[in-house]
Amino acid sequence: MTEAVRLQVEGVTVRFGGTIALDGVHLSVAPGEVLALVGENGAGKSTLMKVLSGAILPDAGTMTLDGQPYGPRDPREARNHGIAMIYQELSLAPSLTVRDNIMLGVEPARMGVLDDRQMNEQAGKALAELGHAIPLDAPVKWLSVSDQQLVEIARASAVGCRVLILDEPTSSITQTDVQRLFQLIRRMKAAGQSIIYISHFIEEVREIADRFVVLRDGQSVGAGNVADHSTAQIVALMVGRELQDLHPRSARSPGEPILEVTGLSSLPRVNSATLALKSGEVVGIFGLVGSGRSDLVRAIFGLAPVQSGKVRVGIYEGAGTPARRWSQGIGIVSEDRKSEGLALSRSIAENLILPYPQSVESGALLSPSRMKQAARGWIDRLSVRCRSADQKIAELSGGNQQKIALARLLHRDVDVLLLDEPTRGIDVGCKRQIFELIDSLATQNKAVLMISSYLPDLLGICDRIAVMNRGRLSPPRPVSELDEHAIMLAAVGSGTGDRP
Amino acid sequence: MNNDRLREWLNRLSPVFVLLVVYLLFVLVAPASFSSVRNLELIIRQTTIVGITGLGMTMVIIGGGIDLAVGSVVALVTVVIAWLLAHGTTPLAAAAGGLLAGLICGLLNGVLITRLKLVPFIVTLGTLLVFRGLAKGLAHEQKIDAPLSWLNELSAAIKPDHAWTLVPPGVWIFAVLAFLVALVLRYTRFGLHTLAIGSNEQAARLCGVPIEKTKLVVYALSGLFAGIAGLMQFSRLTVGDPTVAAGLELDAIAAVVIGGGSLAGGEGSVLGTIVGALIMTVIRSGCTQIGLSNWLQEMITGVIIISAVVLDRLRHRQRT
Repeated sequence: MTEAVRLQVEGVTVRFGGTIALDGVHLSVAPGEVLALVGENGAGKSTLMKVLSGAILPDAGTMTLDGQPYGPRDPREARNHGIAMIYQELSLAPSLTVRDNIMLGVEPARMGVLDDRQMNEQAGKALAELGHAIPLDAPVKWLSVSDQQLVEIARASAVGCRVLILDEPTSSITQTDVQRLFQLIRRMKAAGQSIIYISHFIEEVREIADRFVVLRDGQSVGAGNVADHSTAQIVALMVGRELQDLHPRSARSPGEPILEVTGLSSLPRVNSATLALKSGEVVGIFGLVGSGRSDLVRAIFGLAPVQSGKVRVGIYEGAGTPARRWSQGIGIVSEDRKSEGLALSRSIAENLILPYPQSVESGALLSPSRMKQAARGWIDRLSVRCRSADQKIAELSGGNQQKIALARLLHRDVDVLLLDEPTRGIDVGCKRQIFELIDSLATQNKAVLMISSYLPDLLGICDRIAVMNRGRLSPPRPVSELDEHAIMLAAVGSGTGDRP
Repeated sequence: MNNDRLREWLNRLSPVFVLLVVYLLFVLVAPASFSSVRNLELIIRQTTIVGITGLGMTMVIIGGGIDLAVGSVVALVTVVIAWLLAHGTTPLAAAAGGLLAGLICGLLNGVLITRLKLVPFIVTLGTLLVFRGLAKGLAHEQKIDAPLSWLNELSAAIKPDHAWTLVPPGVWIFAVLAFLVALVLRYTRFGLHTLAIGSNEQAARLCGVPIEKTKLVVYALSGLFAGIAGLMQFSRLTVGDPTVAAGLELDAIAAVVIGGGSLAGGEGSVLGTIVGALIMTVIRSGCTQIGLSNWLQEMITGVIIISAVVLDRLRHRQRT
């Protein structure tokens, strides 16, 4: 590149213990340029963000900002250098006013007393530059999500931001607001600011970005001008990997539908989903973060309110609470093992029997010995590595924790298993064991609905796969008719035209 | 937007309405002595101690914390002042010593919370016992007598020849402090940082707000205000009493909460806290004059606290 470079990242590497999260990443962005950073979930986008914002120190590599070495040690330092980050989760103080949020941390003050006039002036100017009017004295919690986003951007520009990094900025705002945001980005670009736009929606990237960089498995695997590449080419760069043989698949003979979902809508993200799950089959749901895939299974299980539509489980109809769903023969493994899935500070045995304490009661009392006996049975069958049934869940590895989360469903002997990212963050050995377990459950006429954002897993273990995109669920199609590119296109596409 | 702003103002003033309603209710049912000017003055005087403690508590709660130790600090301060007076220091020096003791207690809380990264509830629950024990040890588990001095006039009923002051100096001190705290919260960097930390600590950290320093100052101030309340308490008792003000912390928290403060942080106001403290005193005074027993007063106060929070939540639901 002959033109000036605002931010340059060279060979940045980050290791967490034994795993490499970023492996020699390169990128550069010029003043007045919008660079798109694309990649699948887990490709390393958020780690790279954290490096740029000073939350993580890289193990190797160099960064320069306007020709000067740049190596922030904390978010404050990054902010002082003019690197501003707009996270998916907005980070504002809800009860403070718009003005106070914009000026927080850089308040003009004399001897500790705030200079009200200057604060109003500077905050007003920052907002005016963005071309939007928001009352300065309104508490931020009164504003819409997109207005809050605007306040965050104003906060960034109030400190003289040089590089604005937006992480999936459109995941929680409406179409009209997306257009407003794009106008704003164009205006900042015209003013000579550099923008890094992180997204997995290729259509958006095509609309707003000049260049793109693709991250895959922690490496920058491709880059170029957006105009010179088709959507399919970019998707191919995002996906391009080999299938690993982790996925046993026995002959399965699906029976009658046991879970039927018809026109199910649940705020904020599930829009009229329809799905039939037969006993003895594994159905996968693929979708990107924010597509509404987890919200769908949560609504089915009664963890999220159902706005409209029906759920039928075997002979039961209608909405249900989690307790009722368990007794109807459905169980769930949460995507968030640590905060929702398991009680980390309690023992294996206690976690195991939590949904089914009746199984270990003698009379009205829990029997500790029967609890332990039950736990020992599952520890053996799933080869959970632990000291004893009394050991705290927190002391187990991720994979072994997940086996207990699954064993819960087996102990209750449910007929329908809702598995939300059952293999996230666990090692390959445990992954293989869990897939074997899922496969054997299918042969025992259980029905499995599995969410994953890792396509090879879904293609390897499922009989049919449906794709969720912005709250809409496509009809499930047999895996034999599908490939990774088609599924990814459906998941990142903007409309109804390119379903698999 | 105009509508919103009007409603916000009504929201902010709603504890005042509750206070008026409660007061008028007692004016109707209680004997005439309740509505006398003398009784009004008494109510205000009786609110001073919990009110001053509540000012510190307002800052702590707005910052997302809690300070359970303030009752013990008050007791310790009365003991320190009485001990100093009994050992021949001037009243001014004794008062200064008392305030210093309060400030040190607050600083200790702040240091433990910010350095050891412990939750404020646990730290101040611990120091509640430590300070109380210290007060008892210092006083050898009995009251310390002190010579009478002008300190005792701070919260005594005013004499006829000083009628022009309307209320005793202690109440004026309370009013000035309240005004100052309200200004600090609204117009200083420290105030803004406290609100921001209580509202969203992560966001505040991201913006470079000095979290630890701000918290340290907040708890130190809470200790200092408890120290001033201790001075008022001593002024009323005329002795150092290591067992006084047990449970004062709960009254102070209740005042903040009745006044619209949120234990989750980020919300609360000085006006609200004062009104909250007044509501509790009015109920106590009114019930006594009607001849209702103590146990009934306590139950009514409890119901008021819960209702205040429920009302607050209803109002906020309307907003969204």
